[in-house]
Amino acid sequence: MNWTNTRKLMTGLAIATALSTVAFALPAEAATLRMAWSQDATGLDPHTQPAFPSIRLLELIYEPLVRLDPELNVIPAIAASWEFAPDAKTLTFKLDPNAKFTNGAQVTPADVKASFERILNEETAAVARSNFLSIDTIETPDAETVVFNLKTADVPILVAMATINAAIVPASEIEAGKIGTETVGSGPFKLDSWEPNSREVLSANPDWAGGDIAIDGITISVLPDETAILASLRAGQTDFALLNDPLVATMVPNEANLQLNRVPGLAYNVLQLNPSRPPMDNLKVRQAMSCAINRQEIVDAALAGEGQVTGPLTMPAFAQDPNSLFCYEQDLEKAKQLMAESGVSGFTAKVIAATGEPPVAASEAQVLQAQLAEIGVNLEIEMMELNVYVDTWLAGNFDMAVAQNGGRPDPFPMYNRYFTKDGNLLKVSNFVDDTLDTLMREGQAETDPAKRVEIFHKFENHLVEQSPWLWLSTGYGYTAQLKTVSGFVPSPTGTLFGLTEVSIQ
Amino acid sequence: MNYVVQRLLTFPLILLGVSILVFVSIRLVPGDAITAMLGTEAGLLTPDQRAALAAYFGIDQPIWSQYLRWLSGLFQGDLGISSIYGKPVLSIILERFPLTLQLALMSMLISLSVGIPLGVFAATRNERPSDLIVRMLAMLGQSTPSFVIGVLIIYVLSVFFGFVPAMGTFTPLTVDPLASVGQLIFPAITLGFAFAASVTRISRSAMLDVLSDDYIRTARSKGASQRSVVWRHALPNALIPVVTLSGVEFGYLLGGAVIVEQIFALPGLGRLVLDAITQRDYALVEGTVLFIAFNFLLVNLLVDLAYVALDPRIRIGGR
Repeated sequence: MNWTNTRKLMTGLAIATALSTVAFALPAEAATLRMAWSQDATGLDPHTQPAFPSIRLLELIYEPLVRLDPELNVIPAIAASWEFAPDAKTLTFKLDPNAKFTNGAQVTPADVKASFERILNEETAAVARSNFLSIDTIETPDAETVVFNLKTADVPILVAMATINAAIVPASEIEAGKIGTETVGSGPFKLDSWEPNSREVLSANPDWAGGDIAIDGITISVLPDETAILASLRAGQTDFALLNDPLVATMVPNEANLQLNRVPGLAYNVLQLNPSRPPMDNLKVRQAMSCAINRQEIVDAALAGEGQVTGPLTMPAFAQDPNSLFCYEQDLEKAKQLMAESGVSGFTAKVIAATGEPPVAASEAQVLQAQLAEIGVNLEIEMMELNVYVDTWLAGNFDMAVAQNGGRPDPFPMYNRYFTKDGNLLKVSNFVDDTLDTLMREGQAETDPAKRVEIFHKFENHLVEQSPWLWLSTGYGYTAQLKTVSGFVPSPTGTLFGLTEVSIQ
Repeated sequence: MNYVVQRLLTFPLILLGVSILVFVSIRLVPGDAITAMLGTEAGLLTPDQRAALAAYFGIDQPIWSQYLRWLSGLFQGDLGISSIYGKPVLSIILERFPLTLQLALMSMLISLSVGIPLGVFAATRNERPSDLIVRMLAMLGQSTPSFVIGVLIIYVLSVFFGFVPAMGTFTPLTVDPLASVGQLIFPAITLGFAFAASVTRISRSAMLDVLSDDYIRTARSKGASQRSVVWRHALPNALIPVVTLSGVEFGYLLGGAVIVEQIFALPGLGRLVLDAITQRDYALVEGTVLFIAFNFLLVNLLVDLAYVALDPRIRIGGR
């Protein structure tokens, strides 16, 4: 290449770079946090939205009575204080007198009562309704007090209230039928605009009772491909991002300008067996399968090491050392012996998994397939689109299912749906057991924290021994941020409430 | 003229067929708007709660009655209300269409302006090394999937140049032409890559055919220069298969480029359909697919008419 050509090329490149800088530079918004995520919220009604992105968004706009701190302790939100009666049948809240909705109205006991009545009303189709069925009556004796009278002793109800699915919304908005179309909350941010699957614009709520917020607002862009999110962070065009794919998250630390926040989540990866179908109805077969799998190997191979082996209880306050649980160390000899005792000599079963939900589902199924082949269990993997999977899963129409189920900060709301005699997902677990049912009831009524831990440890040990499901691992929740962003504290629940403490340099 | 009228008359019939097909097939897929919204939590609903939600989404009626209701709305220009967006379907489609149209036009422009000259160049150097290189490049272009090229472009831009095209939202051409073109140039290159390769191959082979025709030999014998023979005499005739190919491709592109829109986070028709299907927004799926089908039919009709302009020997519906 001669000099003239080189010069032309360089000039061309310079012009191209200049043009692209003009075209792509975003206007400087010093105090607005530019955030990105790959999945958008699916609706704005805090009582009916179960999807994680919706909950993450609504947690910034609405507030429940209480919330959980990053250690999963219950801390004040709209309620400044609370107290259980000794029999755990009455729960009394004192509201924060400074709590205000963004329409200027104070949050009153009447709003709390109306919100819970809306949640309990069957027509609302509220997601958290089943957690509040013990509520008998709600009293509002004065301008600051709300009293919940319960039909039975129900200690976990307090933790169940610490979710945005139990958000307090204005009674006037409920009456006007505007919940879900307009967002009048008492939370740290106001929703200025929402273009579904495209972007959200939030501005800081100056009247928020929780304190001052260092940023002016947040713009959230929906970038469906997480490698594009990483590129956008790398280029400094996104300040903060929520990541789901462990493989993308592990690339973040390679970038000098980026920081990865990683926190073990409560959701768990599990191989659900269907104990209503032979040969999974045979306890020895289920136990043999549990002994045959190598959980750490699944974490290493399918999750690229991004996870931890777990038992059924994923919340730190209740979790036991997984190695103390039945057959958590792979033991092929024992597995083969159990298979021989079961009278079943190898079998073929179909395992369902959802495409991309979680991103590691297919690889988990493949590793399980290889491991279980060692004891003559032949898995046929059937990958399904998420909706088809959900339909099949809800109908309990599977031999086995690779699943990622959501966790809760308390064992009772986490498992009563599957493993009590009147659990409403019994059709999915297909497993009724007297001991599990009794222990669940005891755990629900016990008020002494240490005794509760003891009860749920017994529950966990028995559950793992019965092996209706094979618990595998918990993954991590990831957020990534530019190093110019500081103050964010991640939480095992995945909440982005920590953004209230964030500042941008 | 008769031909055009005939074609226009078949439009409603084809669209009706498309609408029935889409209406039935989306409902045959397991899962509905309720499981799409609630996921596994849908199992916690009581029968009454489920019925209330089914009525809300309008899926409590038998399928034929849902279809008739939708069809009667269609005749009044009402494509229904999207359950995701809570807005009329038609207004959402019209918001998304400018991006899709601009992206389609830009990628066509890129592929034609690269593909035709390359094809002509290769044809005039038939079987020489430069021809072989062009053919190899064309083969590579056709066989590389757009998601590989898209991700690669984003990676190179962010790692080596420290920027990525604006993502998430779209700046229309009318608001800021420079930003708008700047935002779509890389997605257009990604989309245009494979099509440029097809255009190169088709225009090369068409050109080779034409160059061996008698009238070209006559032109040469009359002393016409190589440049004039190739560009004035041969190219217009060699373009007919390129027009056919472009018409079909343009029709596809107007349906939205799902993968490229997904990678570059562009709110176009392709992502709209994908989101509508995964979230079981029936009205939106039906409305958008119908709109896409209509565009496809229209583009094909225009391509047929373009033949006449390009080659006077063609008489559509001729006697």
